[in-house]
Amino acid sequence: MGRTMTYRVGDRVTVAARAHRGHHRTPSYIKGKTGRIERVHAAFRNPETCAYGDEGLPEMPLYLVSFARSELWPDTDGTRAHRVYVDVFEHWLEEAK
Amino acid sequence: MSEHTHDHEPITSSGEPAAAARARALEELLVHKGVLRAEEIRVGIDWLVSRTPADGARLVARAWVDPEFKRRLLADARAAALELGLDPGPSPVVVALENTETVHHMVVCTLCSCYPRALLGPPPAWYKSLPYRSRAVSDPRGVLAEFGLELGDEVELRVLDSTADIRYLVIPRRPPGTDELSEEQLAALVTRDSMIGVTQPAAPALA
Repeated sequence: MGRTMTYRVGDRVTVAARAHRGHHRTPSYIKGKTGRIERVHAAFRNPETCAYGDEGLPEMPLYLVSFARSELWPDTDGTRAHRVYVDVFEHWLEEAK
Repeated sequence: MSEHTHDHEPITSSGEPAAAARARALEELLVHKGVLRAEEIRVGIDWLVSRTPADGARLVARAWVDPEFKRRLLADARAAALELGLDPGPSPVVVALENTETVHHMVVCTLCSCYPRALLGPPPAWYKSLPYRSRAVSDPRGVLAEFGLELGDEVELRVLDSTADIRYLVIPRRPPGTDELSEEQLAALVTRDSMIGVTQPAAPALA
């Protein structure tokens, strides 16, 4: 692994809202949304280049990020809260403003 | 469309489902191009269909009877599986999540059908369906209610969307009235769906 992990558990991060042509593992419902780092997993091969026969290097840090229901689905009934936990690669994250 | 430079049998709609035809075409291409050998594909499929939820159930039952093992399972599920002689599969990281009185976990893969296949076997059809994949993240309490699981509003609900290399396995709550059961009897109560987090384990049969 050996790669520096930029974020720590508890950090607030925002998922980049950019489009991506081709295979990627960042679901659209979290793009532009702000969440909290829950786990710092490790670095893994980048699926965005692996998908096209590449080695997927350098490995990219992967985090478990949680999002409040109210952040993801602001228009829904707020009395029945839940959080969604999503694995997100570091190049999709930025420090929340 | 018809500017073909290679020969093949006429393509007809033979009743084979489109996905199966696509998979077969992919397989033929991969073999033809030398990416995979037919033997490797066969061995891979044999491994996939040989897996069953019984392996996951053994992990859960051991965790229920042995707090030290549970601690190791929560810290590193892959190592814990190896400790019991189980095959944790090719995923480098397997994460076990414990359901308690106050926290409930359930697992989905909104992008496709990522699933801890090594420990649970092939995923059920509903796990791969679009309605489950979309509603599990937007209306998980509604989904759980349809599975017959009504969570109190005081229970914190966490939905895990396995989008990358990590595979998630839920450790369901041990059912009440099971103090006298052996580890093997406990394992029989641990259903596949309870390890996805959409149901509780089976209730023990009345003695």
